[in-house]
Amino acid sequence: MSATWIDLCYLVVIVLFIFGLKGLTHPRTAVRGNKLGSLAMLLAVVVTLMATEQFDWTLIVIGMVIGAAAGCYLAFTIEMTAMPQLVALFNGFGGLASVFVAGAYLMIVSDQSPDSSVLIATAVSGLIGAVTFTGSIIAFAKLQGLKFIKDIRFGGQQLLNLGLLLAGLLFAFLIYQQPAHAILYYWLMVAVSLGLGVFLVISIGGADMPVVIALLNSYSGLAAAATGFVLENNLLIVAGSLVGASGLILTQIMCVAMNRSLTNVLFGKLQPSGGGGADADEVYANVKSTSADEVAMMLEVASRVVIVPGYGMAVAQAQHAVSDLSDYLTEHDINIEFGIHPVAGRMPGHMNVLLAEADIPYEQLKEMDVINPTFEQTDVVIVLGANDVVNPDAQNDPNSPISGMPILEVHKARTVVVVKRSLSPGFAGVPNPLFAADNTLMLFADGREAMVDILNALREG
Amino acid sequence: MNLSQFLILAEGAQTAEEVVKEAMSTSGGNHLILLLTVFVLAVFIGFEIITKIPPTLHTPLMSGSNAISGITLVGALLTALANEPFLVRIFGTLAIILATMNVVGGFLVTHRMLDMFKRKG
Repeated sequence: MSATWIDLCYLVVIVLFIFGLKGLTHPRTAVRGNKLGSLAMLLAVVVTLMATEQFDWTLIVIGMVIGAAAGCYLAFTIEMTAMPQLVALFNGFGGLASVFVAGAYLMIVSDQSPDSSVLIATAVSGLIGAVTFTGSIIAFAKLQGLKFIKDIRFGGQQLLNLGLLLAGLLFAFLIYQQPAHAILYYWLMVAVSLGLGVFLVISIGGADMPVVIALLNSYSGLAAAATGFVLENNLLIVAGSLVGASGLILTQIMCVAMNRSLTNVLFGKLQPSGGGGADADEVYANVKSTSADEVAMMLEVASRVVIVPGYGMAVAQAQHAVSDLSDYLTEHDINIEFGIHPVAGRMPGHMNVLLAEADIPYEQLKEMDVINPTFEQTDVVIVLGANDVVNPDAQNDPNSPISGMPILEVHKARTVVVVKRSLSPGFAGVPNPLFAADNTLMLFADGREAMVDILNALREG
Repeated sequence: MNLSQFLILAEGAQTAEEVVKEAMSTSGGNHLILLLTVFVLAVFIGFEIITKIPPTLHTPLMSGSNAISGITLVGALLTALANEPFLVRIFGTLAIILATMNVVGGFLVTHRMLDMFKRKG
């Protein structure tokens, strides 16, 4: 196959990728879009293999079989609640693949005095790829709740990160400046960058995870694009930059939804409120608790119910129980919708996938801006495992650390039922005055059990 | 055509040839600009499309775009295909394993998720 034909085929692949992504703009066309994307990828691989006439198949076949088998295993066995971990892991693999490709290419061209542009691209590819790899592995370990990973913060951490970054950039510069020793400097740079990835992510946890995952997603794309610059291959550049753009947009959406800057998420931490914030005992002086039977009675006479899910729903694996309750209410002509905060869960869209898994139609899943004006006409709101995203202090208390964060205004509903195991604070570490509001009732229970109990009470009643 | 005219033409032809040669020798630098142009335009296309994707599909978007970033597989194949020292091919093969996992796992798990959205809707 001539180079022109190959490039033309790559162009077709690029167009298919773009149509594939366009398909994702609606749930109805999304499956087709994803199939287009995978078809495009297959075409890219076949064309690339046809480009060379004689080659040794063994290693390639071994590599692809192992990779495909592992990929299938992960894709079919993963629980929907564990999706953030899986995406983190895949991000990491993509990054490491870029490190190897750039490194191998450097070894191929090192004795042919490569262009300075190739050297720079190789350095960028290795640096981003390595940071993506270790950063993602740490994110994976944290999301998976592995015991040996803790949120580690120590004095001088930012200084260490800065030092590692500068060292990485120095080695990158040396690759460019001393091509004769490029290979040595490349692997030194990779080693430093691997360390940088670890220390960048190790201090970030909990509710900030969606930002980190979106950002690493973007990096994995940028690493692929940089590899495209190394190989002077348009296909890699376009596909990589599409993914890079996607990750950046999601990062941006997540940051806006928390009213924090990216720098603040990555390097800062939530400051405990300085004097203005109230003491937890004081806030929770008038908390009223309720029972599943009482909630069932309220639901029976309600005409509109909104459920607000949070990470707690994922932890309790409560999505199917929620779905059963939702079906019952729908059958009894009670209008039910779901209010989903952009940062609910541990990755963008996490709650939507769980509810879709439980067969809840996506038309019932409402975004924050759509659902907020409807709370005043809502009889009962059930908050299930969400905390900071429904904290009215974000609007009312300018001294609160989460002040200014957009929230779901559930406190405007007639009655709010908060399903929670205890009064422990959310990720932001601040008490939530919603729990003690006049129209709020606390249902202290496991999320899934609470849903099952309420449904049983409804059926009996 | 007299001799002097012919000579002028021939001289012209030679200069043209030189111009072409010169153009080809500088195309190395222009090539990088071309790649950068493609990169920047693709980022813009990405922004245009991705901003239209509804939040409800953001998780499948991440896993799906992840599969697309497995395009590094093409790069990995190119390095593994090179008739080069064993170490290079080992790196190439490792990259193939990782990228294939990304591609196959990413597209499959995205399909699994999107199927759930399709079921009722």
